Amino acid sequence: MTTVADRSHVGLQAFALPAAEALDIAAIRAEFPILSREVNGRKLVYLDNGATSQKPRAVIRALSRYYEEENANIHRGVHLLSVEATEAHDSARRAAQRFLNAARESEIVFVRGTTEAINLVAQTCGRARVAEGDEVLITAMEHHSNIVPWQMLCEEKGAHLRVAPINDRGELLMDEFQKLVGPRTRFVAVTHVSNALGTVNPVKEIVAIAHGRGVPVLVDGAQAAPHLAVDVQDLDCDFYAFSGHKVYGPTGIGVLYGKYALLDAMPPYQGGGDMISSVTFEKTTFKKPPSKFEAGTPHIAGAIGLGAALDYLTALGIDRVAAHEHDLLDYATGRIGSIRGVRLIGTAAHRAGVLSFIHEDVHPHDLGTILDSEGIAVRAGHHCAQPVMERFSIPATARASFAVYNTREEIDVLVRGIEKAEKVFGR
Amino acid sequence: MSELSDLYQEVILEHSKAPRNYRRPAGANQEAEGYNPLCGDHFTVFLDMEGDAIRDVGFQGSGCAISRASASMMTQSLKGKTRAEAERLFAQFHDLVTGKPGSSANDSELGKLAVFSGVSKYPARVKCASLAWHTLQSALEGSQKPVTTEEV
Repeated sequence: MTTVADRSHVGLQAFALPAAEALDIAAIRAEFPILSREVNGRKLVYLDNGATSQKPRAVIRALSRYYEEENANIHRGVHLLSVEATEAHDSARRAAQRFLNAARESEIVFVRGTTEAINLVAQTCGRARVAEGDEVLITAMEHHSNIVPWQMLCEEKGAHLRVAPINDRGELLMDEFQKLVGPRTRFVAVTHVSNALGTVNPVKEIVAIAHGRGVPVLVDGAQAAPHLAVDVQDLDCDFYAFSGHKVYGPTGIGVLYGKYALLDAMPPYQGGGDMISSVTFEKTTFKKPPSKFEAGTPHIAGAIGLGAALDYLTALGIDRVAAHEHDLLDYATGRIGSIRGVRLIGTAAHRAGVLSFIHEDVHPHDLGTILDSEGIAVRAGHHCAQPVMERFSIPATARASFAVYNTREEIDVLVRGIEKAEKVFGR
Repeated sequence: MSELSDLYQEVILEHSKAPRNYRRPAGANQEAEGYNPLCGDHFTVFLDMEGDAIRDVGFQGSGCAISRASASMMTQSLKGKTRAEAERLFAQFHDLVTGKPGSSANDSELGKLAVFSGVSKYPARVKCASLAWHTLQSALEGSQKPVTTEEV
């Protein structure tokens, strides 16, 4: 792996930002209270951001402020608190609209997270489009959340789930993908960034190919939204889903973007209050999107927290965040990739946020425990992507995933942790 | 935080590197598969049963050091035992690794298996230590369905 290491060190220079534009990482870290806590007597080194990110004060304060000062149900009260809560909630929707560069505020549907967003689309738009003998096309690098909802739909309809293959670096084989978009393809669902491999997919190209055949595309943006600028109008995707808790926001809240015409034509997902125009026992008329898809009292605090998180990320500058994380990924690839006995899983030309690896002497699970004893949090396992593990003939990997507050020094601590694990296992 | 060496005791590391009875016994007449869907550990336990007694036992598969060593040491402790004795041993082992109040390796039949007492300080690793045992139980019952750590 020496060549990779050498190359990455050269690459780092190219990625260094002019000092005036670089982020002040120490100041950013100070905004994340949890980063000052100790774990097992050591300074916390949190490298499990792919699972969930930590929260800045701006988000924590927005949640407290809502509960301490504004708490009321939305869209129904004439009293002041309800008006304020409604305003705060609506403003979060506008923050999500800006974050994704959606054309309209009404194209932003609040959901519990990426998983619910995908289930929503599969069970409404998917159900309306897919019939017996039809096909849904996904890729071999999907998270379970972008496999299972489609599998359930295909099962129900007697349709077929097709899987576009990847190469040994973890890159989608575009020629194969193109061939698989056929006359029976009714839906394409693809991840923007692979959570297990870090691969960044050429989503714009994928959308163009699918649209060439009149097929709508859903993009799973759970691992992309924290790491790169997303412009849904530029991508031209039909649906884009991401989770709040991976972009420095609260758990239990996420966003489904959908093109308005599609959302408008889709049947509702769940029935209930807040999604209706009128109800009689004979007939209910539904509201327009996004309300049509937001039955019941929503996660108001979560949406407000998410809005604060997106504003926070936007204020840092997503391009600067991406450049910093790219530097970390390059550095980690060099340092960890050059450890004898380490094999990197996922070496695509375009990657973001995630470094997955295995060690020939230390099982990922054991590595996770030993790193934890040093205060280092990584993920060990199949990352809810068992088919990816199968593709690489491995049961699991260890995964370090980065956020804006991580530093090169933390990667050095990780490397020392791996060396400690090697000692435990008598290398 | 307890010491890592409580978990990764020398004998555990040694068994994980050179597991015993890592084979399908020639006379195997019962077997079961077990896996931990959370981490991908996957084992098959083979039994050569003579009536109610375990004449021979082996295992194959892949997993972390804790699960491999546990499977290896389990097979060593089972030969010649009856089904009831094996199940009693599992109950004692389970109490040990889950740190059940009042459980002690001293007044049990665990013997060498007591080295797994450190697992109780690592709740995330209890399933690693118990996977082979759950699989054994499934094999003793002659179950056809793979057992997972998420059903128990």
